[in-house]
Amino acid sequence: MSEDQKLGFTPNEMMTIAASRALKNDDVCFVGIGAPSAACNVARLTHAPDITLIYESGTIGTAPDVLPLSIGDGELCETAVTTVAVPEMFRYWLQGGRISIGFLGAAQLDKFGNINTTVIGDYAHPKTRLPGGGGAPEIATSSKEIYITMAQTKRGMVEKIDFFTSFGHGEGGDHRKRLGIDTAGPTLLITDLAIWKPDPVTKEFTVVSLHPGVSREQVQATCGWVVTFAEALDETPPPTELELKTLRNLQARTKAAHEGTAKEKAA
Amino acid sequence: MVKFLPLKEAVTENLHDGDTVAFEGFTHLIPTAAAHEAIRQGFRDLTLIRMTPDLIYDQMIGMGMARKIIFSYVGNPGVGLLRRARDAIENGFPRSIEIEEHSHAGMANAYEAGAAGLPCAVFRGYRGAGLASVNPNIRSVTCPFTGEVLAAVPAIRPDVSFIHAQKADSKGNVLVEGIIGIQKEAVLAAKRAVVTVEEVVDSFDDLHPNLTVLPSWTISAISVVPGGSHPSYAHGYYVRDNAAYLEWDEIAADRDRFQAWMQANVIESTAGDFAARVEHLRPAA
Repeated sequence: MSEDQKLGFTPNEMMTIAASRALKNDDVCFVGIGAPSAACNVARLTHAPDITLIYESGTIGTAPDVLPLSIGDGELCETAVTTVAVPEMFRYWLQGGRISIGFLGAAQLDKFGNINTTVIGDYAHPKTRLPGGGGAPEIATSSKEIYITMAQTKRGMVEKIDFFTSFGHGEGGDHRKRLGIDTAGPTLLITDLAIWKPDPVTKEFTVVSLHPGVSREQVQATCGWVVTFAEALDETPPPTELELKTLRNLQARTKAAHEGTAKEKAA
Repeated sequence: MVKFLPLKEAVTENLHDGDTVAFEGFTHLIPTAAAHEAIRQGFRDLTLIRMTPDLIYDQMIGMGMARKIIFSYVGNPGVGLLRRARDAIENGFPRSIEIEEHSHAGMANAYEAGAAGLPCAVFRGYRGAGLASVNPNIRSVTCPFTGEVLAAVPAIRPDVSFIHAQKADSKGNVLVEGIIGIQKEAVLAAKRAVVTVEEVVDSFDDLHPNLTVLPSWTISAISVVPGGSHPSYAHGYYVRDNAAYLEWDEIAADRDRFQAWMQANVIESTAGDFAARVEHLRPAA
């Protein structure tokens, strides 16, 4: 029997559900695509029905029935309170200080919550050219707080990122303040193994809660920096039946919808 | 004065080798048919501007048409990387290209500045971001009132912008609705603008007064191309072909498979072929 079968849920499901719990009913959340999008919609479908979800395509207060593949699927616009132009999105709503939580994923992350989604290797001669920042550089500094979610790997969680796509806490400490950035920056990291929060002084991400069945050794083995654990370490409550059912139904609907066009084509 | 033209003529009249050109549409209303017509006509040395290069610039870059790209997200949204663009940036294949990379906020502000007739855009951005140190066009200005240091980027002023829209009326006014993205700014920032539309209706008399309508005199040419944004979508007409975006990841991964696909689906194809491609994506009547 695998670990997942024993627990009744996968590490990724635990990650998405733990991330969803961090969101409040009165949050205004700028949603990154992928893992953040799933977490935000599980929150909306469980404990935070009135949460305002915003995607960078300009859709404000959206409530999609299936997860969008892109940040601009029609479903987002059809279910939104309003849809605004992209310049307005970034100028009035993000820069204007209306966003309480920016929820981002990361290809590469360091212990101070700085994110790289631009290049692996040198910028001018990259080993791997990644998609780049999109909306993230300004989401990272204009949202009141930043939550980050990603599955742990040694390649993903590194001592030194190759490019500063989005600024977290820089070199730690008061680096944000020194750059004149008055928002809180990364305050929460949810991985498939643990919940992390920045140390109040150094701003280094510290493990505050291990997901059920996860050991300290597993967290260290999948992280490229030397992990600091909080003195009082919690265990993340396992997913409830409702949370799991909501997530699985959402993912099943999403899969059917995205494959649907291909099937109809073949028919 | 706006002209209703077949797409082939609209592209020939408005796009030239060496032009700085924007094909815009933020996930929604991507002017794929116009991009494919440009590929068939084989333009060279273009500077391609687009927030999210998407499949159409992957295709144009893969066909060797671009000298430079100006962008803010060079990915296949929700799927992953743009493999032809990567091949050009990483390996110089089929030719090396210059890149000018921004954030979405930077590009959106730059388009707006272009539409507003300003030389540059000023906004609170790029703080702590690595792009500011690799892109010499990201600079700063100090607010004369508060002393705050703000980001500045040059306005975007394309020689020509291409967009796709839902409909035109018989006079050549154009309606854009749904996720309106950067469509209006891209048209107003450009010297010339070409719009492909799903259909032409007699009049817009019954429209809500605050909808996004581009007056005919802001547009150079309109071409009617039903399905013209596939595999992107046109709100109210057909949905996004997400399966095609997933499929593109495999097609573009291989140089030969890409060439074969382009030959069959673009070079030996016409704007008239788009309607059939969205048939299965239209809502059931």
